[in-house]
Amino acid sequence: MKFKRHSVIPGFGFTLGFTLTYLSLIVLIPLSLLFLKATTLGWEHFWHTVVSARVLASLRLSFGTALASALVNAVFGLLVAWVLVRYDFPGKKIVDALVDLPFALPTAVAGIALTTLYAPHGWMGRLLAGLGIKAAFTPLGITLALIFIGLPFVVRTVEPILQDFEKEIEEAAFSLGANRWQTFCKVILPAILPALLTGCAMAFSRAVGEYGSVVFIAGNMPLKTEIAPLLIMTKLEQYDYAGATAIAGVMLVISFLLLFATHLFQAWTRQYERV
Amino acid sequence: MALLIQGAARPVLAAEKKNVTLLNVSYDPTRELYEDYNKAFAKHWKEQTGQTVTIHQSHGGSGKQARAIIDGLDADIATLALGFDVDALFSKGGLISKTWQSKLPENSAPYTSTIVFLVKKGNPKAIKDWDDLVKPGTGVITPNPKTSGGARWNYLAAWAFAEKKFNGDAAQIKPFMTKLFRNVLVLDTGARGATITFVERGLGDVLIAWENEAFLAIQELGKDKFEIVMPSLSILAEPSVTVVDKVVKKHGTGETAKAYLEYLYSEEGQEIIAQHYYRPRSKAVAKKYAAIFPAVHLVTIEHFGGWQKAQADHFADAGSFDQIYQA
Repeated sequence: MKFKRHSVIPGFGFTLGFTLTYLSLIVLIPLSLLFLKATTLGWEHFWHTVVSARVLASLRLSFGTALASALVNAVFGLLVAWVLVRYDFPGKKIVDALVDLPFALPTAVAGIALTTLYAPHGWMGRLLAGLGIKAAFTPLGITLALIFIGLPFVVRTVEPILQDFEKEIEEAAFSLGANRWQTFCKVILPAILPALLTGCAMAFSRAVGEYGSVVFIAGNMPLKTEIAPLLIMTKLEQYDYAGATAIAGVMLVISFLLLFATHLFQAWTRQYERV
Repeated sequence: MALLIQGAARPVLAAEKKNVTLLNVSYDPTRELYEDYNKAFAKHWKEQTGQTVTIHQSHGGSGKQARAIIDGLDADIATLALGFDVDALFSKGGLISKTWQSKLPENSAPYTSTIVFLVKKGNPKAIKDWDDLVKPGTGVITPNPKTSGGARWNYLAAWAFAEKKFNGDAAQIKPFMTKLFRNVLVLDTGARGATITFVERGLGDVLIAWENEAFLAIQELGKDKFEIVMPSLSILAEPSVTVVDKVVKKHGTGETAKAYLEYLYSEEGQEIIAQHYYRPRSKAVAKKYAAIFPAVHLVTIEHFGGWQKAQADHFADAGSFDQIYQA
């Protein structure tokens, strides 16, 4: 009689135990402490903090600009990945390394550089001002900073899938009479969609919590360009730890729900693929 | 095992008598001041006691630094931007006693500063006083008082001016402050950030800044680009210092830490302070540097009922600053 089905690979029980302990230590315990601190507020105070006009405006701004930047990165990140996989050109190695730079750069450095560039007297800022567009110190500036930090997430998740995607499949589609648009939509896109979604979700969640690069370019005007992480800092500066964790908790729940939905959607696309 | 540890610990304790290490946790713009002062104090302490003292420095936003100490950063000494943050060491951390401010002379503020205007050379917009900052078309740069301790002094200075101008009529002070902040182009999170926005990016016509920060900007970027305008009324900014009682008790560094802060009030300490563009407390040193620090009518934080009240009235949620942006 056998109660347990043994895995082919030995040490399954041990590794699972280790993984769960590790995840708890690194992720779960800090996060549950956060919620514990938020509960010291009391429900009424918590609700009052979260639905105040400034907090709502900042949440709208943070999630809105993060979404916009993730969508832009989805299109252009895919393009960059495509070019890097499919074409050979001089200096490709350098371009490839450049993509990772936003990962490595301290976010404050990125923020200061972008602000200098897009401020009304900066190189790009002056050009845009000629067109009547204000970039720095507006939501547009915030989105630009978020596009910058989010790009490598999309490129690096899509790239390996594109690499594995055989050219022959495209050629087969062509020879069966599909035009370019059909080949892209019906053959290529379904194959890379899960990876693209993962990349977008990663870029998005990183953008929601981004602080360092954004505070410089945002201008931080209440109700207009004040991001949610800045409001958290504001609360901390008043020694209002509970208020800060309340906003953080709300951000966390929204992010978790969005990421969870993305995973469900991914699972659904994979299932669809198999059928 | 216990014996081993004891045996190992004993020589360390003995060595501590010879060498003392202090950690001074301070705010951003005091970096250069304390670098010079630490050297002077180490020399003085060696002559006095024969002990070698090493002082480590930590700098950052004043509120952030206070939180770090409360959360367990082992600071022997805290030298922060405003009494409110030092108060938090008592009220939130229980690390110092309630009466910390009376333990050293002059409200435990060995140096002061004030709030001035930094304008472009030649003062093209003819900015002379706080009135000029509310005129339409004047771009003002100041950091966010919610995130920057220093910016709270800026805000209170403007408020004090409006209060005097309108004889304390709140119905007129609030619109004045609203107009002033409508002219603010960027609310940086810290004082240094605001300085960069003004001097490097060329945004705005006037920067509201600490006097020492304004002098530093001029010194770094050349006298031909900016000049300082002293308003008719400003505030006496008193960055406060304290020995962190609980930490020095643990380290056994109380005596040295106390001497470190007391020496700030000495002739030499005050001289170093003046050289770094902070206003000295010593009358003799102040006289020597009178040309740099013009006399100006200054209100103090007591005018606002102390920091706890000022914080609650103006900078807490739904305080007067929040109301500006809700209007």
